[in-house]
Amino acid sequence: MAKKEVDDRFKKFGTVSFTSISKVNDFIDYLEKGKVAGTRCKECGSVFFPPRADCYQCLSSNMEWFEVSGTGKLLAYSKLQYGPVGFEGDLPYCIAVLDYGDYKVFGRIAGELKDEEIKIGMDMKTVVNKLPNGQLNYVFQRA
Amino acid sequence: MGKVGIIGVGQSAFVRGYGGSIRELAFEGFKECMEDAQISVKDIDASIVCSAPEYDKQRSPAGVFAEYLGLTPQPTFYTESLCSSSSTGLKLAYSLIKSGLHDVVMVIGFQKMSEISSAESQERMGRGADIQWESPFGTMMPAYYAMYARAHMEKYGTTLEDLALIRVKASTYGQINEKAVYRKPVTLEMFSDPQSPMSNAVASPLRVGDCCANADGSSCLIVASEEKARAFSNKPVWILGIGAASAPVNMAARDLFTGLSVGEQAGRQAYEMAGVTPKDIDVAEVHDCFTIAEMMAYENLGFAKPGEGKDLIKSKETYKEGSIPVNVDGGLLSKGHPIGATGGSQIRTIVLQLRGEAGEMQVKDPEIGLVHNIGGVGLYGNVTILGRA
Repeated sequence: MAKKEVDDRFKKFGTVSFTSISKVNDFIDYLEKGKVAGTRCKECGSVFFPPRADCYQCLSSNMEWFEVSGTGKLLAYSKLQYGPVGFEGDLPYCIAVLDYGDYKVFGRIAGELKDEEIKIGMDMKTVVNKLPNGQLNYVFQRA
Repeated sequence: MGKVGIIGVGQSAFVRGYGGSIRELAFEGFKECMEDAQISVKDIDASIVCSAPEYDKQRSPAGVFAEYLGLTPQPTFYTESLCSSSSTGLKLAYSLIKSGLHDVVMVIGFQKMSEISSAESQERMGRGADIQWESPFGTMMPAYYAMYARAHMEKYGTTLEDLALIRVKASTYGQINEKAVYRKPVTLEMFSDPQSPMSNAVASPLRVGDCCANADGSSCLIVASEEKARAFSNKPVWILGIGAASAPVNMAARDLFTGLSVGEQAGRQAYEMAGVTPKDIDVAEVHDCFTIAEMMAYENLGFAKPGEGKDLIKSKETYKEGSIPVNVDGGLLSKGHPIGATGGSQIRTIVLQLRGEAGEMQVKDPEIGLVHNIGGVGLYGNVTILGRA
């Protein structure tokens, strides 16, 4: 008997992923294509990032993908000198939140940006990033 | 329906690497609480055990403690809301008593953080956030609070020195609290001295000195209906107001990075229920897991206007002799933060203050006290207002 195929694409997200199976596994396919994507509810138009499979507003699971594009404003950030287990090789790195207006995005600031170049309120864009261990995430670059 | 009172409080010393098992750790807070309340285990109708389970090797510790503490065959159950677990336990005890289901309920909080390594512990704390969308970026508690610190500094001109002053205050009282894990002084100079570990960056802008001390510990409270409280105790402290709130776990769904919405919302509910205002609070315990957390608590609880928290600490108004003494037991920063035990320890401090039994840490004649206990990065918030009358 053929073994049932497990769709565990989500394990590819981030330096260490703690989730392997999700109804929004297509997020990984978008990353592979160089796109960061959120979901929009086709019933009520609510926009979600991070993407969700289900809309709590209208209880619909009828979603479409949209690409995170344009620029967001840097709301908050911090630079880690110590990391959790499994992230030691990435240190130091900055985590941050960008405000796109309709939604916000949590992620990392691109490693090449110097401390003095990072300012709250600055315009940044979200781009896909391939990690040295072959995993995928996304980072914020100066717009 | 009558009032609900606290008739017994206890806690273990908060220590690094407790030399015993979790049931033995729980016994320490339990023993002090039972000696304080002067009642028998037979008088306790139910118990609630509170911790953050990711540190526990024992599955379902409630049953293990009930046996060890002689609380069988009465019902027992477990609850958690990360670092606010035991104030959530207090809220549940209040509800059980108010519903008429039980008259006397014990709330036991504990954490033996040293069961696992510090790195593992940090990894687990990161998983108190959104594991699907945030943890893959390598998040940790200090980094999240550091984002808030950065935003607060940017918006209000709060400085690193303002934050350090909060740690200096905490150490003032940690030195005189025999239960505290960190009993040494911390000075402002240490934060600018590269030789001092206090100045090391953890997650900028936060430094080691801005972060609370991990610890093992337990706390214990006995909560009773008005009738039983008056029968058992000549010094009950009454629960006047309870507020609780939650916020989106993912930072991308947050609107505010200069304060914790749960602190503000839970505070507003508690003030309204108690019929008091921030000006009526004589002594407070706030959740200072990081210095910025205490700064935001001043503002979220209405002790200061948004952005003016720094003025309170600069003018020493939150010291014991000030207009609103805050964390005069050393707080999480110096007393220590054994996750599940913390809320119960904060409640104990305020109960002792209201009874006039806080020793060297005693504030002058307080009537009304407040406890602000936060779970996660402002994910859960409980505010409890206690009074003598």
